Amino acid sequence: MDIIYLLIPVSLLAVLLISMLFWWAIKGGQFDDLEGPSFQIMMDDDRDTPEQSAQESQR
Amino acid sequence: MEAQATYNYKVVRQFAVMTVVWGIVGMLVGVIIAAMLVWPDLNPGLPWLTYGRLRPLHTNAVIFAFGGCGLFATSYYVVQRTCQVRLFCDKLAAFTFWGWQLVILLAAITLPLGYTSGKEYAELEWPIDILITIVWVAYALVFFGTIVKRKVKHIYVANWFFGGFILTVAILHLVNSAELPVTFWKSYSAYSGAQDAMVQWWYGHNAVGFFLTAGFLGIMYYFVPKQAGRPVYSYRLSVVHFWALIFTYMWAGPHHLHYTALPDWTQSLGMVFSLILLAPSWGGMINGIMTLSGAWHKLRDDPILKFLVVSLSFYGMSTFEGPMMSIKTVNALSHYTEWTVGHVHSGALGWVGFITIGAIYYLIPRLFGRDEMYSKKLVETHFWVATIGIVLYIASMWIAGVMEGLMWRAFNSDGTLTYTFVEALKQKYPYYIIRVLGGALYLSGMIMMFYNVIKTISAGKAVDAAIPATNAAHHA
Repeated sequence: MDIIYLLIPVSLLAVLLISMLFWWAIKGGQFDDLEGPSFQIMMDDDRDTPEQSAQESQR
Repeated sequence: MEAQATYNYKVVRQFAVMTVVWGIVGMLVGVIIAAMLVWPDLNPGLPWLTYGRLRPLHTNAVIFAFGGCGLFATSYYVVQRTCQVRLFCDKLAAFTFWGWQLVILLAAITLPLGYTSGKEYAELEWPIDILITIVWVAYALVFFGTIVKRKVKHIYVANWFFGGFILTVAILHLVNSAELPVTFWKSYSAYSGAQDAMVQWWYGHNAVGFFLTAGFLGIMYYFVPKQAGRPVYSYRLSVVHFWALIFTYMWAGPHHLHYTALPDWTQSLGMVFSLILLAPSWGGMINGIMTLSGAWHKLRDDPILKFLVVSLSFYGMSTFEGPMMSIKTVNALSHYTEWTVGHVHSGALGWVGFITIGAIYYLIPRLFGRDEMYSKKLVETHFWVATIGIVLYIASMWIAGVMEGLMWRAFNSDGTLTYTFVEALKQKYPYYIIRVLGGALYLSGMIMMFYNVIKTISAGKAVDAAIPATNAAHHA
């Protein structure tokens, strides 16, 4: 099982990377509000009226 | 400046349409090879059309062409809408589209010709592997580049899932496809024997975990709330779901190698990690389904929502079945039987297929300036035909699998085997026919979808939605 000498370091490296991202996300305030973001995507109206968009793409 | 004012829907449109096209191709090949198992004479003696060559064509087409295009389309749409910014670098995005189509085309040519590295779900030979790497790096640049230039401070959870999927698939591909070329179309794996098997299934199961799960969970966390018109049940749980999945998924692979030359402790470790996975999987499934709490009535007359919600129930079912099958005593019965095939297809047709189909039905009208699909009734018909198809498929494979597993392990009192292999095979015959029928129904649903998509597109007109002026409070 010499292969674990490759796979375990790769996994540890991945864990290190993920941990750093996790740390960055916490420190960066990504999880300060764990309610609002779910409402925010609901407020984004992605159903543009066809007329508006048609004008938009013509311009 | 004008180009900056709209989203890049062009690349989303291209990928969305090709998702349907490759879905039909991949599933057609699937039905053909299922029929070959019933009627082996179907192949007119052509080497290019033998089962062994068409089977990898089927798996590559449905996973990487259908599933892959679906992931490209939805991730490009979601990252733009939730970051409220146009995709980073249009040219690179266009390159990912044409590059990925070239990969698929090369796969469709080389696999029937018999060029294969022999690694399951990674059969493509080294020149194509290099092309995949280049396209994937471009994909990562476009996706993360868009995240970097986002106008909304918070990165929506779906983007975390898409990002995790892109990064992990890159690592998996690089490690597993390490190979030594000997000619232009032949290479040998850098690993050998049990080591190679370990890498192969470390890759194989993580491909299920990250390509076929994490990416599609990204689709789930955006399209289920949007189609239901309600925010996700618990945003907090969705964040926990992501980190739990990411930290625990990596080591489930050895459950594909129970009772092989792989050391016992590695098999047990793989089993334990597979069992742990039940927790984040079900957390996510419940989170998705509960999003509908208080809006259950919408399921009655919204076929798109039906696709999305039923996909979650298949996700729950197969993520329960998977850990159960990874238990060594259960695996002793299920391994190498049709049960495994049934399990894979409840995940592939039910979870991956349905969530993709639902998301594409959501996208097509929005990308082509229509209020809804050409025929809502046809979407409804598609849903029921496909659901019946899946039930026929997985029920027949469950029965065939458990039956043959029991027949293989049956002993006479003098220690000889009760049944020969061919006797078990003969007993499976009726279930193979039911499987062909189930697959054909699922395929016919995709053809209905294609017709519906074409009609919607021809009545509509390609639109690139304007980027709304963001609320100042949410700016980075």
